Amino acid sequence: MGLFRYTIRTFGRELALILIAAIWWVPFYFLITVSLKPADELYTNPSGLPSHVEFSNFSSAWEGVGGVTLGDALKSSAIITAGSIAALIVIGSLCAYAIARREGRISTGLYALFVFGIIIPFQLGLIPIYVTMRKVGLAGTYPGTILLYTGLLMPLAVFLYTGFVRRLPRDYEEAAYVDGASRLRTFIRVVFPLLRPVTATVAMLATVIIWNDFFIQVIFLSGSPRLTLPVAVYSFVGQYASQWNLVFAAVIITILPLLAFYVFAQRQLIKGFSGGVKS
Amino acid sequence: MSSSSSPVEDTLGGTAGRPGSRLRSPTFRRTRSLTGIPLLWALPGVALVVAFIYVAFGAGAWYAFTSWDGVSASAPWVGLDNFKEIVNDPSARDALWHTLELTAAFVILVNVIGLSFALALNRTVKSRNWLRAALFAPVIVSPIAVSYVWQYIFAFTGPLNSLFGTLGLSSWQHDWLGDPDWAIWTILVLLVWQYAGLTMSFYLAGLQGIPEELDEAAAVDGASTAFRLRRVTLPLLAPATTVSVALTTIFGLRVFDQVVGLTEGGPGGATETLATQVYKQGFVQGRFGYSAAFALILTALVAIVSLTQIAVLRRREARL
Repeated sequence: MGLFRYTIRTFGRELALILIAAIWWVPFYFLITVSLKPADELYTNPSGLPSHVEFSNFSSAWEGVGGVTLGDALKSSAIITAGSIAALIVIGSLCAYAIARREGRISTGLYALFVFGIIIPFQLGLIPIYVTMRKVGLAGTYPGTILLYTGLLMPLAVFLYTGFVRRLPRDYEEAAYVDGASRLRTFIRVVFPLLRPVTATVAMLATVIIWNDFFIQVIFLSGSPRLTLPVAVYSFVGQYASQWNLVFAAVIITILPLLAFYVFAQRQLIKGFSGGVKS
Repeated sequence: MSSSSSPVEDTLGGTAGRPGSRLRSPTFRRTRSLTGIPLLWALPGVALVVAFIYVAFGAGAWYAFTSWDGVSASAPWVGLDNFKEIVNDPSARDALWHTLELTAAFVILVNVIGLSFALALNRTVKSRNWLRAALFAPVIVSPIAVSYVWQYIFAFTGPLNSLFGTLGLSSWQHDWLGDPDWAIWTILVLLVWQYAGLTMSFYLAGLQGIPEELDEAAAVDGASTAFRLRRVTLPLLAPATTVSVALTTIFGLRVFDQVVGLTEGGPGGATETLATQVYKQGFVQGRFGYSAAFALILTALVAIVSLTQIAVLRRREARL
């Protein structure tokens, strides 16, 4: 214990780290200061603090582009993220429970199907999915996009849930079942509440992945009125190129919901992201 | 199996469903057994994965050998023509090369920096929780959105050049995004900035699994810091390193958002990557067969990385 004390060298290391973290945050400094600058200061004063705070940048950015306000985009992002997560949790937990609580070749095979699904990149499959969804009218809709994300992230959800259920003792659920509750009722009332930690991990990872994803959203939602925030910002830059104060206001509106969430849940989030290493 | 187990184990142990378990004490006799959750419960999940991952993957791989335009009813089979075109077209070859050089540089830098952060933060530093949170923050920020901040920083009239000007280093000033030789490295800077916090968290999780006594014992025995790092810490970090290197390699191979946000593939195609080609050839130009060929190459590269990772982890487990 006593060996790794706080010495003068530790202090030096701490100062160096604080300096590095400050450098790491320089982009956030520009993001905030530029978003609050009046337009004429963008070139006369690119790096300093704004002479006065120009909140109207945010109301201008909020107007969005092509009739889609950032409010609309925020709504689309929220609907798609929330809808996909709800589906992932319901379908994923049931599926993983059935796989984890059964023995035999079928469940082993199904588990392998999901684990292998994690490492298959989605880009190749996206081409036929896009063409099919366009044909049946699901491209550019909420249900189509939610269905797509649910399918693509299902392997991750089932993998996380199955690992957790396997470590869960059967005592509680067997007691409830012996007491006469149906299998489904046992799952809903007894098992699902016990899965809370892994449900939180699934929800957090899926939130960050879906909220920030651009590739799928620009393909499936471009040209529809249901632009999400990443696509709206992209279109916004297309229209307001080099009006950096407005662009940065739009960027802040895009990243703020997740950053706010991060402030409250950073410990769990970092743990959720680095969870794969423990094994 | 059952022949070797003693009667005591049979009464105490809980292998449910075995014929012998019926003979346990009558109070424990089960009228209903929970084993055998209906497989039907797994069906929606299985159907989704089969449709959106396996069938889609198979159909996409098929398209890679056709000249399909995404509209016609038929997709004419063209054999290896798409791949021949990629090999013979300098701009397509460049996209592959950019992806590989960017990935290699990214994987090395982001892992070295993330590991350094983790080692520096591990133990004793008082503000470690704050620092960890600050360095991880870029990971959860929308890549396309934050790319525009970096586009501003790297702009010719932007803060980076103006900083060099103030420091009297005008010869360092460049048109970072407009110069074909420099543009790709701006993407590298952005990628490393965004994901160093992620690799740091992998290595921190790995470090937590190393008992402090081990490092302490080596230190008491007179091992230098460098020796301890090389012979004690790094070998024990191998699992974290494997995961971190594999994941960042896949991130690098798939790079898309940061390219679109910083350079849109320009100037003059100098920053096109496999993923931007998948998007542009297919979803913009409508050459879905050709686009699928790029995606198939991307998939093959990712598969090589993933399978190597699994093999490395397996072999290490076998050795332990």
